[in-house]
Amino acid sequence: MTLMDQPNRKVVLGLGNLLFSDEGFGIQAVQILQAERGSQFAVEWIDGGVLGLNLLPLVEECSHMLVLDAVDAEGPGGTLLEMRGEEIPLYSGVKMSEHQIGFQEVLALAKFRERYPTHLHLIGVQPVDLSIGVGLSPAVTATLPSAVQLATAILREWFPD
Amino acid sequence: MPEIYLPLVNKDRNEGANPTHIVIDPLTRIEGHLRIEAQVEAGKVNDAWSSSTMFRGIEPILIGRDPRDAWLFTQRICGVCTTVHAISSVRAVEDALGITIPDNARLVRNLMEAAQYVQDHVIHFYHLHALDWVDVISSLSADPTKTSQLARSISPWPNSSPEYFAAVLSRLQNFVSNGQLSLFANGYWGHPAYILPPEGNLLAVAHYLEALDWQREFIKFHAHLGGKNPHPQTYLVGGMSIPVNPVGNHAINPQVITKLRQLVAMARDFVTQVYIPDLKLIASFYKDWANYGVGVGNFLSYGDFPSSGNDPDSYWLPRGVIFNKNLIDPSQPLDQQAIQEFVARSWYNYSTGDPSGLHPSLGETQPTYTGPQPPYDLLDVEGKYSWLKAPRYNGLPMEVGPLARMLVAYTNGHEQVRTLVNEMLGALGLGPEALISTLGRVAARGIETNLVVEEMGTWIDQLETNMNNGNLAIHEGSLWDPSTWPPTATGWGTTEAPRGALGHWVGIADGKIEHYQTVVATTWNGSPRDAAGLLGPFEQALIGTPIADPARPVEILRTIHSFDPCMACSVHLVDLKGNPLGIEVTMY
Repeated sequence: MTLMDQPNRKVVLGLGNLLFSDEGFGIQAVQILQAERGSQFAVEWIDGGVLGLNLLPLVEECSHMLVLDAVDAEGPGGTLLEMRGEEIPLYSGVKMSEHQIGFQEVLALAKFRERYPTHLHLIGVQPVDLSIGVGLSPAVTATLPSAVQLATAILREWFPD
Repeated sequence: MPEIYLPLVNKDRNEGANPTHIVIDPLTRIEGHLRIEAQVEAGKVNDAWSSSTMFRGIEPILIGRDPRDAWLFTQRICGVCTTVHAISSVRAVEDALGITIPDNARLVRNLMEAAQYVQDHVIHFYHLHALDWVDVISSLSADPTKTSQLARSISPWPNSSPEYFAAVLSRLQNFVSNGQLSLFANGYWGHPAYILPPEGNLLAVAHYLEALDWQREFIKFHAHLGGKNPHPQTYLVGGMSIPVNPVGNHAINPQVITKLRQLVAMARDFVTQVYIPDLKLIASFYKDWANYGVGVGNFLSYGDFPSSGNDPDSYWLPRGVIFNKNLIDPSQPLDQQAIQEFVARSWYNYSTGDPSGLHPSLGETQPTYTGPQPPYDLLDVEGKYSWLKAPRYNGLPMEVGPLARMLVAYTNGHEQVRTLVNEMLGALGLGPEALISTLGRVAARGIETNLVVEEMGTWIDQLETNMNNGNLAIHEGSLWDPSTWPPTATGWGTTEAPRGALGHWVGIADGKIEHYQTVVATTWNGSPRDAAGLLGPFEQALIGTPIADPARPVEILRTIHSFDPCMACSVHLVDLKGNPLGIEVTMY
């Protein structure tokens, strides 16, 4: 187990599948954030797709990580939620994301290997439409400005003047 | 949440009487839902049904788009198999337009795909399959000194001291005592089918963790050739977009060649000193599994890794088909016109009638869900029961994947394959017929990893030679502009994905995609019955599997996982069965 290099990356990570309508929320939100705030915050903007275990190296190299994703919290479609640190369940626990098996297990593995981001944040939206297609539903599209606001507030925490 | 080791529902179809009907759902840990129903009588599976409970259907998204962009969409089908969908897609369009790619593009594609094999096979073994054979809880009672002796008796790998294993054990104990076993939750720990000694289990758990460190380094191979990481961005119809330039910065240059060589050397060490010895150790305890999971006995490989352009005759892993477990004669040539997909037992309709079979170039994707409304307990396995179609070759179900590739190569006298296969069989004291089994599938995957990691250096050498000789071309652009294209064209592109044969069929009209069909590996292997009632490879392989405890059918998982199913390619996220969003009704 190599623990020599200290994690020091700051990453905004979009997760999801662009081919399944609202599943593309995370990736689209990160694209907007990068366009609007890319020059303001020195972070990496990463499209993580549905890469699952392949995201482990990235997680383990991060001191700060903000994840945007479609999340199933059993709420009404278009509901935004924000979680941080220990609030984010690892592996088992409440059902959150459609592909959490990938990402929550990645988080659990990172924890097991003692390489967990000190600052971990999640912004999720309850999807409305997960059918095959490119583009978000109107309800989820309407959440994008609020999602960007929430994300910007977190990034300001990361970069206090 | 799909949890691989947990049958979420185990129900008796005939309560209190034999046979017992088992439902395992979901089975696959990577995204997507694969559901197995099996009938168990007198301690053995006597019938089985493989179903995908989520709709696929990437094809309609592609209609009307620029064929040069298709790979960008298809590589999003699956988060694990991105590279292989990209290659199949660009090859299909190149085939349609008659484009021959430059030698450097061939080499870079071979290398990216080879890296995908090595990465995928190692990850499959340690992270998806090992826990079917390795009891994590048993490893808690291992003696670190004995584990060290065991490790040193099978491999020169340096991480083998008693202190090393004691540290792994202590970390595992801490995790368990903190109530965080969830990482390894839902295993069938303590099941009598687990027969490794505690030290063997601890060794495997230690290597499970090491494999994560290994992959974190090796994954950089793709970043060096694929540009943007994690999604490779350097594919291009006609070649690749990454330049070869001995004095360029963002290019394949001597520094990149050196890094690629270092990564291959590191991978070779891990494969030959960790993966293969572990595989032999585990297999030596589970030789019974050379008798189970035999399956349909027909094998298909499109072949891959061209030595020249994309000429199938030059494939390093040959193209061919094997029928009826025939390992004596050379494999037969593959005729893609003999491929048809059937929907008699799948939730689709064909305009030509459901009993008919359609070649993928004429394939139709018309969903017609007739299954039970979720939540439900059992599928109607007498009628249509899966979102997977049933691909058949000459009307027969075919197994695809590492075993198919190795057998086609073996029967064609591929020297490196024969050497590695014979060495593995010799170490286990088994004959070639043992390959056609659950254990054989696991062994073939290891053999193939060894084979490929040894060959990667050859392609790096060729790339370097081209670069040194001033042969820098990597993209053939003369047919890039749609004005140079014929009014209509059709093409076929294949790769051998890590988990098996992958084909894309494209029809182009007036510069746009008019038709697109993919037939992925898990559709071959996980297919339902066809119009003739023939079972798919998973289904057939399960028959005869011993089941010690129907409530904990780890034996079924062993055989299904030996195929390395990836339902993410076959289908995606929409759970028809009890998703609280109720999206099932919005689908159809």
